[in-house]
Amino acid sequence: MTADTGQPIIDLKAQALFCERDDRVLFQQLDVQVGNGDLLQLAGPNGAGKTTLLRLLAGLNHDYQGDVFWCGQPMAKAYPDYAAQRLYMGHLSAVKKALTPIENLRWLTAAWCMSDEQLWQALDAVELYGYEETPCQQLSAGQQRRVGLARLALAPQGTGPAPLWILDEPFTALDKAGVAWVEQRLQQHVESGGAVIITSHHALEGIASLRQLDLGAQA
Amino acid sequence: MSLVGATVKRDFLLAARNPGEWLNPLMFFLMVAALFPLAVDPDPKFLGKIAGGVIWVAALLATLLSLDALFKADVEDGSLEQWLASGESLYAMALGKALVHWCISGLPLTLMAPVLGLMLNLPQSAYVALIASLAIGTPVLSLLGAVGAALTAGVRSGGLLLSLLILPLYIPVLIFAASSVYHAGIGMAYNGQLGFLGAILALSMCLTPFAVSAALKLNLSR
Repeated sequence: MTADTGQPIIDLKAQALFCERDDRVLFQQLDVQVGNGDLLQLAGPNGAGKTTLLRLLAGLNHDYQGDVFWCGQPMAKAYPDYAAQRLYMGHLSAVKKALTPIENLRWLTAAWCMSDEQLWQALDAVELYGYEETPCQQLSAGQQRRVGLARLALAPQGTGPAPLWILDEPFTALDKAGVAWVEQRLQQHVESGGAVIITSHHALEGIASLRQLDLGAQA
Repeated sequence: MSLVGATVKRDFLLAARNPGEWLNPLMFFLMVAALFPLAVDPDPKFLGKIAGGVIWVAALLATLLSLDALFKADVEDGSLEQWLASGESLYAMALGKALVHWCISGLPLTLMAPVLGLMLNLPQSAYVALIASLAIGTPVLSLLGAVGAALTAGVRSGGLLLSLLILPLYIPVLIFAASSVYHAGIGMAYNGQLGFLGAILALSMCLTPFAVSAALKLNLSR
């Protein structure tokens, strides 16, 4: 299925979500809708349930009430199709310390069948050029984050292999240039028809389609 | 390439970078078998009689030693979350992980066993049974162990819990395997025991991946 723009259709809908942890209601009667070109930022104080909602929308958390639909189908049924189209980055980077950045990236992008040249370019984009043969344990925390973030660089034009990005705190441990680069990639991605759901305390300014969902105000 | 293939490849690469992790259980295997004659009777006749049992118990404990780390690192660094997020079958992933584990624990144990047999004066006629029982039995140890490792992956010090969970399941394997080696040593037929081991292997190859994937999902549904 493709939309008029030639991009895959992104249609994620959640209705009447209710979730509680340890007898504390995180959110109730919450509706979320994300389509092509949307950038949804989940905001709220620590412990407000941002990551819980993000994992729920990513299809990784099943402990909730309410309905989540992908392209009109219930999530449980549409999951394999959905999983192939969305990129999920949790706050754990899944980077193995004994392996080099390129070896890690090869595993992280295994489903996308990328050529090595594309992976080198992606590592170059996150300024890991010259560290290709260095085991990740010798890289700084920010550089290790960049290995995972290199996935965002894999589609300079269009939405790339995963039109829907779900990112949990992507700005953690990044320097100013890194933050600016991620912001720019987010903007390019939504402008070319992709969609992003993100949790961050960082103020994302200058992106027209930005919507904020404040979980702190909700509860 | 599928994520399962990529994971198998990555795990072999990781094993090559950290040889200590899989060499340690092998050293343990060697040491147990080497120390046994010093502590009990060094009489070759007596040793030949118990050799099969000693080698099998040592192999079983060495496997148990290497299991704890099977899924722990993947849970802690977020690799497991990426598997679930990939939407690929966890069944295949569980089989892939067990395969890698067998290649770096069960297979070297099987290859080392004849040397230990020589050390413990194993009867000539028992070598084939020893190698065959280890070749069929150690994959079962890896598969069953993967269930325990998946269940305890999120537990801080899950080693003890893992042993408690898995040892009872290992006992049938130990009984059939050790008895096949013993019977081969005294010149009796042992294909019945090997047949049972094969049946256990077939069963655990089909069923344990279900248990492993369910246990891994449980780890993440917090």
